[in-house]
Amino acid sequence: MTAVDVSPRNSLPSAAGTPQKFRKNGRRRFGADAAALAIALGVAFPLFWMVLSALKPKTALDAGDAAPFTLEPSLESFGRVLAVNNFGQYFMNSVIVALAVVVISTVLAFLAAVALTRYNFKMRTKLLIIILVSQMVPVEALTIPLFFLLRNAGEAIPLVGLNQLGSLVLVHVGFSIPFAIWMLRGFVAAVPVEIEEAARLDGASSFRFVRSILFPLVAPGVVACSVFSFISTWNDFLFAKTFIISAQENQTLPMALLTFFKPDQNDWGAIMAGSVIMTIPVLIFFIAVQRKLVSGLAGAVKG
Amino acid sequence: MTALAPLQAESPRGKGTPSISPRPGGTQTAGNKARRRSKVKRGLEPWLYLAPAFIVLIALLGYPIFQLVNVSLYDYRQAQVSGKAPLRFTGLENYQKLFADPQFWTVLGNTVLFAAACVVLTLLVGSSLAVLATRLRPWVRSTLFVVSLGAWATPAVTGSAVWLFLFDPTLGLVNKTLVSVGLSEFAGHSWTYDKWSGFGLVASEVVWCSFPFVLVTVYAGIQAIPTEVIEAARIDGATMPRIAGSIMLPMLRPIVIVVTIQSIIWNFKIFSQIYIMTNGGGIAGQNLVLNVYGYQQAFAASLYGLGSALGVIMTALLMVITLVYLRILKRTGEAL
Repeated sequence: MTAVDVSPRNSLPSAAGTPQKFRKNGRRRFGADAAALAIALGVAFPLFWMVLSALKPKTALDAGDAAPFTLEPSLESFGRVLAVNNFGQYFMNSVIVALAVVVISTVLAFLAAVALTRYNFKMRTKLLIIILVSQMVPVEALTIPLFFLLRNAGEAIPLVGLNQLGSLVLVHVGFSIPFAIWMLRGFVAAVPVEIEEAARLDGASSFRFVRSILFPLVAPGVVACSVFSFISTWNDFLFAKTFIISAQENQTLPMALLTFFKPDQNDWGAIMAGSVIMTIPVLIFFIAVQRKLVSGLAGAVKG
Repeated sequence: MTALAPLQAESPRGKGTPSISPRPGGTQTAGNKARRRSKVKRGLEPWLYLAPAFIVLIALLGYPIFQLVNVSLYDYRQAQVSGKAPLRFTGLENYQKLFADPQFWTVLGNTVLFAAACVVLTLLVGSSLAVLATRLRPWVRSTLFVVSLGAWATPAVTGSAVWLFLFDPTLGLVNKTLVSVGLSEFAGHSWTYDKWSGFGLVASEVVWCSFPFVLVTVYAGIQAIPTEVIEAARIDGATMPRIAGSIMLPMLRPIVIVVTIQSIIWNFKIFSQIYIMTNGGGIAGQNLVLNVYGYQQAFAASLYGLGSALGVIMTALLMVITLVYLRILKRTGEAL
């Protein structure tokens, strides 16, 4: 397992432990490729099954149709989900919350990352440790105090009180910031000091440099990190469940999906259609930025 | 209240800016002020950039943590929430109750075992695939990565839904297939009825959606090892196992540590999957983990004090892991 090679052309010792014996590359590579494709199929299968089941007619699903294809694809389940259960509204709610969180948390995290990478000041290392530690806080455990906090906040500012989308935006901004700072740090630090000096010589103030030069340069990193905020907000189930108690119209997708779960008579077609609707945006987002994500992660890892 | 705070904090920074000319390369009025910049101490300036984020963090993480500890020291139930009964300070009574409760120890054991199994499996699957990925044709590798990213991106809620559907007792594909190959005892078999098979099902979903992180990170780590180092070792006559053990593994160590700790933290905190797949903690709470247990105590049983105590224990455990993490980072010479 530890036999790792950077250049794929070189042969590796076989599992049998014949270190020096170099075999023909062709067959082994074919084996590896075939194994990888089989694994890829297995990994993709749940997603495939989700889409397929969403497209199968209800009668086939209720009969327990196990065929890996369908001859009569229908959008009936999607129609049921969107029309009967107001999924469109929940979808929009999820979009609004996620976008608000992305914009607010990314801006705040970017500014903090600037302070933490481009300045030297006494508390810098301590603050970085605080940020690292706050990433580890089990936010699920904070549901109880946040519940009371939002209940009280709602009396002063109704927009962020319980049952409001604002409450979800607020808590997710809080939870997204530590990781976003941690990730953006690497990107911000990578911009050479010379550029900063040049900007200063040209008369740019600190804030102008940050806004007009640093921000555009770091934009790819910002995109990668915004995806994380987006996904964690989009996927959130616990806080939506806890904070949106009675205002049905402010429900987000995860909870809406859960209403389809009924003991022993699950409407699987609707659940799968709802799942597809909820998964597609994240999938697109994720695959679109995957390269930046990987380099960003490596940056976050290496500091 | 807290939402507005960061906006207010931004205003002083806004005031400082309008003095510059909009054209780049314009006037040099900043003069000697500019020369002192770049990585030197500049008093308040970094704090202005930090303020918005830190106000939010204090309001939404710092204060709630304080409150969590606070509430855990009180007898805090529905009556106290609605103001019908006075708030009673009970000190460590909630904790004593928990430690005396055998269910708490079972749940703690479940949590540790479940998280450990998820971590080990995730790391094994992820890093083996990362090694495998280095030996693949590019298009095969891309396929593997795209598919893995798909699993990674799948929300916990929908992932749980699909896995539940696949393992549904009567309509699920898995049971159908098992019956059709002659294992008729699987007709109507419930995978969540038994405690460990329930945990196994959840763990499969968790590994499915979390191994890609390990795969991607470890693969990037392998790629980052300079070819020259390997070449040099080979010229010096090192064998492949020697290269793998003495050069690559040590170079990958920091990444492996980061990935391990991240996995421990993530898997320790799992909530959605358990909650959805075992319907709130399984039959008679057999599949409860700390997070779900605390949630149920607070929001289902209205024992907010007890739920908070569980939250504190959870946080403390994770903080210990984090401290270990920080120490390892320090020892490996990671610069903050």
